[in-house]
Amino acid sequence: MVSAEQAVAAVPDPEIPVLTIADLGMLREVRVNADNSADVTVIPTYTGCPAMETIAADIQAALAALGIAPARVHIALSPAWSTEMISPAGRAKLAEYGIAPPPPAHAPATPPACPRCGAGEAELLSPFGSTACKSLWRCRACREPFDLFKCH
Amino acid sequence: MPATTSIAVAETPLVRALLARADDALILGHRLSEWTGHAPVLEEELALANIALDHIGLARALYTYAGEAEGAGHTEDQFAYLRDAPQFRNLLLVEQPNGDFARTIVRQFFYAAFAVPFWRAMQASTDATLAAIAVRTLKEATYHLRHAREWLIRLGDGTAESHARAQEAIDWLWPYTGEMFATDPAEAGLIAAGVLADPAPLAAEWRAGFAATLAAATLRQPEGTWMHAGGRAGRHSEHLGHLLAEMQFLQRAYPGQAW
Repeated sequence: MVSAEQAVAAVPDPEIPVLTIADLGMLREVRVNADNSADVTVIPTYTGCPAMETIAADIQAALAALGIAPARVHIALSPAWSTEMISPAGRAKLAEYGIAPPPPAHAPATPPACPRCGAGEAELLSPFGSTACKSLWRCRACREPFDLFKCH
Repeated sequence: MPATTSIAVAETPLVRALLARADDALILGHRLSEWTGHAPVLEEELALANIALDHIGLARALYTYAGEAEGAGHTEDQFAYLRDAPQFRNLLLVEQPNGDFARTIVRQFFYAAFAVPFWRAMQASTDATLAAIAVRTLKEATYHLRHAREWLIRLGDGTAESHARAQEAIDWLWPYTGEMFATDPAEAGLIAAGVLADPAPLAAEWRAGFAATLAAATLRQPEGTWMHAGGRAGRHSEHLGHLLAEMQFLQRAYPGQAW
């Protein structure tokens, strides 16, 4: 039997489906109340991230599948999300998926390692990528373009 | 959304201040979204759309908080779609048309170079919600400023054509920069209470950053000292009405329409 907390933790990010909201560090609290309702608190990644509404609906669906309803999803502004909150497992999944994990917040400005060949000689193609959380790079060694999860 | 076609807002000083910053973000975000499908290269298409999204996200958070502070049940959508131009309190700078790419980049630079010190100062707001919003907004504003600064240098120190257009854009938008640092008398109480950062002391950092960027871009400092004013009081240029006519059309024509 899957617990409510496990079911919510397994909800994927709709834009990077290899990551769950727990991997991202977005999930703060799951509380099931005596009346079978639930209160879930999440923190948004980027202020304008359009995935938030889908994530809220997916959380409600995951809990409804366990017979828990209604589920209220609360968006907390504090603590402010940062890429430091991505779990080690989440960082490993990103790299395997082909997205370079974010550099540590105060890392020296060295190019990210290519998630395909591992070479550390990438060049920035665009500081803004296909979603709010990514920038676009190209590996000078294997010539493949790849996304980097931006440090935030 | 209840089927009304316009709303009146009971503006306490806090509600008014929240709407002013939310309006800055919404109107600039809308302007940037107008580039979608028209940007000069794909990378800029992505950049301008992403920056627009950040601004609209900030507007949503501030409108939602304004709705709670007002306590009249107004939603973020009602603030965005059901107020007329004189009820908007955004800076005149952000409603100016996109013009060419140089004008858009200069408008971005002027605003982002203000937003960075403003939201940095707002992290110390005595209002916990605003302080939390500031932490996240500062990160995004810093990224926006880097984007605009790099482009401004590239345009100024580029071809004769890009240099001339960048200088024209700076000279054109310069008179809209004074309003950012004018302390609004209606906000004096909030500033004294530490809820809101006083924009006036932020001007020195802004001017220094602008001068350094101009030097790197081989561009010239405008000499004029006369500045436009009135956005915070709801006195706007003719451009805002046209923007709102497009942005608000659906809710005005079909009140309460939803997805």
